[in-house]
Amino acid sequence: MAMTMTQKILAAHAGKDSVKAGELITARLDLVLGNDITSPLAISEFEKIGAGKVFDNEKIALVPDHFCPNKDIKSAQQAKDVREFAKKYAIKNYFEVGQMGIEHALLPEKGLVTAGDVVIGADSHTCTYGALGAFSTGIGSTDMAAGMATGELWFKVPDAIKVILTGKPAKKVSGKDVILHLIGLIGVDGARYMSLEFTGDGIDALSMDDRFTIANMAIEAGAKNGIFPVDGKTLEYINAHSTKPHTVYAADTDAPYAQVVEIDLASLDYTVACPHLPSNTKTVKNLGDIKIDQVVIGSCTNGRIEDLRAAAEIMKGKKIAGGVRCIVFPATQKIYLQAIAEGLIQTMVEFGAAVSTPTCGPCLGGHMGILAKGEKCVATTNRNFIGRMGHIESEVYLASPAVAAASAITGKISAPEEVSK
Amino acid sequence: MILRGKTHMFGDNIDTDVIIPARYLTTIDPEELAKNCMEDIDPTFSGRVQQGDIMVAGYNFGCGSSREHAPIAIKGSGVSCVIARSFARIFYRNAINIGLPILECDDILDEMHAGDELEVDLSKGTILNKTTGRTYASEPFPEFMRQIIAAGGEIAYIKNKLRK
Repeated sequence: MAMTMTQKILAAHAGKDSVKAGELITARLDLVLGNDITSPLAISEFEKIGAGKVFDNEKIALVPDHFCPNKDIKSAQQAKDVREFAKKYAIKNYFEVGQMGIEHALLPEKGLVTAGDVVIGADSHTCTYGALGAFSTGIGSTDMAAGMATGELWFKVPDAIKVILTGKPAKKVSGKDVILHLIGLIGVDGARYMSLEFTGDGIDALSMDDRFTIANMAIEAGAKNGIFPVDGKTLEYINAHSTKPHTVYAADTDAPYAQVVEIDLASLDYTVACPHLPSNTKTVKNLGDIKIDQVVIGSCTNGRIEDLRAAAEIMKGKKIAGGVRCIVFPATQKIYLQAIAEGLIQTMVEFGAAVSTPTCGPCLGGHMGILAKGEKCVATTNRNFIGRMGHIESEVYLASPAVAAASAITGKISAPEEVSK
Repeated sequence: MILRGKTHMFGDNIDTDVIIPARYLTTIDPEELAKNCMEDIDPTFSGRVQQGDIMVAGYNFGCGSSREHAPIAIKGSGVSCVIARSFARIFYRNAINIGLPILECDDILDEMHAGDELEVDLSKGTILNKTTGRTYASEPFPEFMRQIIAAGGEIAYIKNKLRK
């Protein structure tokens, strides 16, 4: 029976020749992930199971990234609980502040995820690893506990939307514009319970960092996972980062899809998601004058080296607009170091930006850049819900790093070309 | 099992950030979380909600973050059941895993008002609006999920499984 790429990975991990949409299966897990917010609850549930040990201490990753470096006493306690759990069960992949990064940038960089894997994470953006040709999906803390105890989890085999990408993006249009455009097309529940399977020759024009950004926001369309075929760029990335054996799966040519969406990358323009839903998209051209108070560049969506390069290129030799704050968060320590080596951090600091150690901080209204009543922020993050980054009367506009950097120069949401003239 | 309670009405795309804002995710205590449940869209909710009350909502309830603190905050508020036109998938799993009853029913918003008295038969999946007299049918759970619910949540289910 013909299967999608996701279905093939799930079938293999369930020990079945084939699976079909809607079927309930139990699949073997290659990695279980948690952070400082979701792990404490998972740890409490895990101890209730009374398993006495984790299924595999090399297949669990714990990353204190959300409220870390600790923002207050309660978060310090939660981080401590995770640290002690990691010690108690000899969890190999615990990443301390100073060696860590934002989980979804860190795990691929550390080679912990590879093509063909099944990964669950108690964080909704776990779907990021679909960029590597893995099946990865966000789950809650109880599922994380079950996964840590048994090394397997139940899944409902998803149907899929085939997203055919063609052409090449023009100007500084990036992966962020692609995924925002797609979410605008199909809506925040357009892919609910389904896979987003990307295909088409347009993928050749997308870098790995673009693909991570696109897969990362699959959840914002309600998807269970987003996944890319494995090509030369994927294998180059995997070989440079991971020593784990990988398996390349490809969708059957006659695989069943619930829906097909075609996007000509050449037709895309800079896209922004306006408050308060990621599907509320407009092109920068059609946005009108939106004055901003803050710019945030970073997160699991857009804190990778290409994102920082795109922002720094626009900032170089310019100054931030008066009355605007710009905060940059490299997603991992390695990315931070590379940005220093390439002079990007110097450019950003000279521009007038604050550069922080990796943290999810402001993206979820945690710390390091909370918005006051009435403030507007353009952010390269992934959600613009009511109160997401602070006061319920603050507003978040989601955009690419290039648009965010240009906006920091003009003080209103702007296309990169507006500042390069 | 029969649940009885008054309705609290919500719209489409109620995300987990408004169910329990991230700034309160420094605890896993259900009672503490309940104090701030729904605060960003209805600051009066935690003060008004009564034991047994039922949440009724539109499409894609529980979208966004995977935080299990969201169904825990709702359950901690005393809410006995959430009925929505549809649920986001992570919330759906989390609710089943922690034993918060949820029902999917496409026409639940028809002739439904805040404060109406509902009677929900969980085993049959039927919903009676005692205020209007209208009945509604929900989507039945697959057998496998019923086993998790019957065991009292995923942890109890796993414990049973490991014992075998």
